[in-house]
Amino acid sequence: MTVTLILLQGVTNTVNPFAIAMFFCFVSITLYITWWAARRTKTSSDFYAANRNITGYQNGFALAGDYMSAASFLGIAGMVSLRGFDGLIYSIGFLVGWPLLIFLIAEPLRNLGKYTFSDVVAYRLRQKPVRIASATGSLITIAFYLIAQMVGGGSLINKLFGLSYGSSVVIVGCVMMTYVLFGGMLATTWVQIIKAFLLIGGATIIVLLTLYRFGFNPIALCQAAVDRYGISVVSPGSYISNPWDALSLGMALMLGTAGLPHILMRFYSVPDARQARKSVFVATGLIGYFYILTFFIGFGAMMLVGQEAITAGGDKGGNMAALMLANSTGGPGFMGIIAAVAFATILAVVAGLTLSGASTISHDLFTSVIRKGIIDEKGEVKVAKRATIVLSMIAIILGLLFRDQNVAFMVGLAFAIAASANFPALILSITWRGFTTWGAVFSILTGVVLAVVLIILSPTVWVDIFHYQNPVFPLKNPAIISMPAAFIAGYIGSVLNPEPEAELKFEEEKIRTHLGIGAH
Amino acid sequence: MNLQDLPEFKKLVRRKWQVSILLTVIMLVIYFGFILLIAFDKQFLARSIGRNLTLGLPIGIGVLISAWLLTGVYTYWANRVHDSRISDIKKKIGK
Repeated sequence: MTVTLILLQGVTNTVNPFAIAMFFCFVSITLYITWWAARRTKTSSDFYAANRNITGYQNGFALAGDYMSAASFLGIAGMVSLRGFDGLIYSIGFLVGWPLLIFLIAEPLRNLGKYTFSDVVAYRLRQKPVRIASATGSLITIAFYLIAQMVGGGSLINKLFGLSYGSSVVIVGCVMMTYVLFGGMLATTWVQIIKAFLLIGGATIIVLLTLYRFGFNPIALCQAAVDRYGISVVSPGSYISNPWDALSLGMALMLGTAGLPHILMRFYSVPDARQARKSVFVATGLIGYFYILTFFIGFGAMMLVGQEAITAGGDKGGNMAALMLANSTGGPGFMGIIAAVAFATILAVVAGLTLSGASTISHDLFTSVIRKGIIDEKGEVKVAKRATIVLSMIAIILGLLFRDQNVAFMVGLAFAIAASANFPALILSITWRGFTTWGAVFSILTGVVLAVVLIILSPTVWVDIFHYQNPVFPLKNPAIISMPAAFIAGYIGSVLNPEPEAELKFEEEKIRTHLGIGAH
Repeated sequence: MNLQDLPEFKKLVRRKWQVSILLTVIMLVIYFGFILLIAFDKQFLARSIGRNLTLGLPIGIGVLISAWLLTGVYTYWANRVHDSRISDIKKKIGK
């Protein structure tokens, strides 16, 4: 999985004044919002869930903002610019998990849980073991996702703003910590909404400026690209050559989306299941539209910048293609604005990840496991804020530690773990009466361990990073093994140690799942 | 009688999962159908449909749009049918 923006090379190192002005504009506005939100963030429900006052439309934009990372903007546009059709395969994989979220998960999740998806998994099971297991799944998913974002963000800012890599990482870490620490979910939500507007607006303008050169005819753009680079750019190529690789990656992308803790957490910021449902519909439309835009940005870059120019600086992933296209269609001022939008995107995504990590630590581990649910409001918010500070420090340290490392595989790994550890346990707890504490713990641990071990033994790490000749595990993504294994482990664990109390509670849970009676 | 044994409630739950599972299966068939074509029959997607265009383009964009349309179908059904069933039951039990 090479979609993530990796070390961006070959970009101009000159400082772009438009980028800096635009960036300061974004940071000032978002910090003002944080100040405004801070005065409204007092209770734990404010901090984790914006007091459940976000509307379905707002949450739809915020979900889209949380999900559209700089990796999908720059990475997929770059991939399309160099490989054509193959880039589209990734976009599709990133979108098709959303319908599953609305059909199977959004409403029960909203009705059953309070702040995190572990609330749902642990609803009728023994709190301590299930919370620990499911917090482990969450935190590992978040950690890998965060490393990929920090390293990608650090190098991007390094290139675009002329700052050193180290200070870029520190700036990203500190600004996002400010959002989360003082403004909680309310500030984070508005950061996501603004970022979603900027990103979708910016991408729309790039596409319009590009299509202007082709008589506003997207078909003419594709035809011109084929004239220049051959029919292969509109046909599935060699990028995914092994059929099992294609299937495994497809599973990880689709089901991983339905297991990302920072996405699942957003459903608690709306008042009820109806708004949760509406927000997925809005988010799916926005994200789908955005991926169609990235496809045309890729083709635009292929034509107006040229594949030779995109890779000229040694950037094999084409991560700068979108920015180069912005430069050639709207000049350096426009490129600066788009660069600032990419920066804002990174900030927003890491803020969402940090907030969900902090909730996992304070709500699932500290409040539910250590204090067994007995803690006052002030105490829980205090712990959540401390967790935010610690996590931000860890994010900065990880960003510095993994400097110049190939972290491209980490987004794929985060999706594989989400699909294998979080998704099976969540869906089993919602739908299966016989699911037990053992089942949940078995399922989550199997998912985490298999996903991590198999990816280390896979070509992505074993060959590309450790430089061994042959991989021990042949596929690039482990989901095709680790996801079914987690379901089987969940079944075996539940059958080995049945829990009659949990089965009885399922009936009561069903009323809450479907009617929302008793929901927070 | 327990609320969960109420015939209306049982019907509500059954219908909800019928719709959800049907739509999930449609999405899985569309997406994994597309992935299986990429995995086992690339030639099909590379078929020409007019100058410099392949069948893969409308199919790929179609998969993206179908994902959004399916969430629309679910939202429409849930807003029109499912929610009113829920409020009927809630009225009946006085909540």
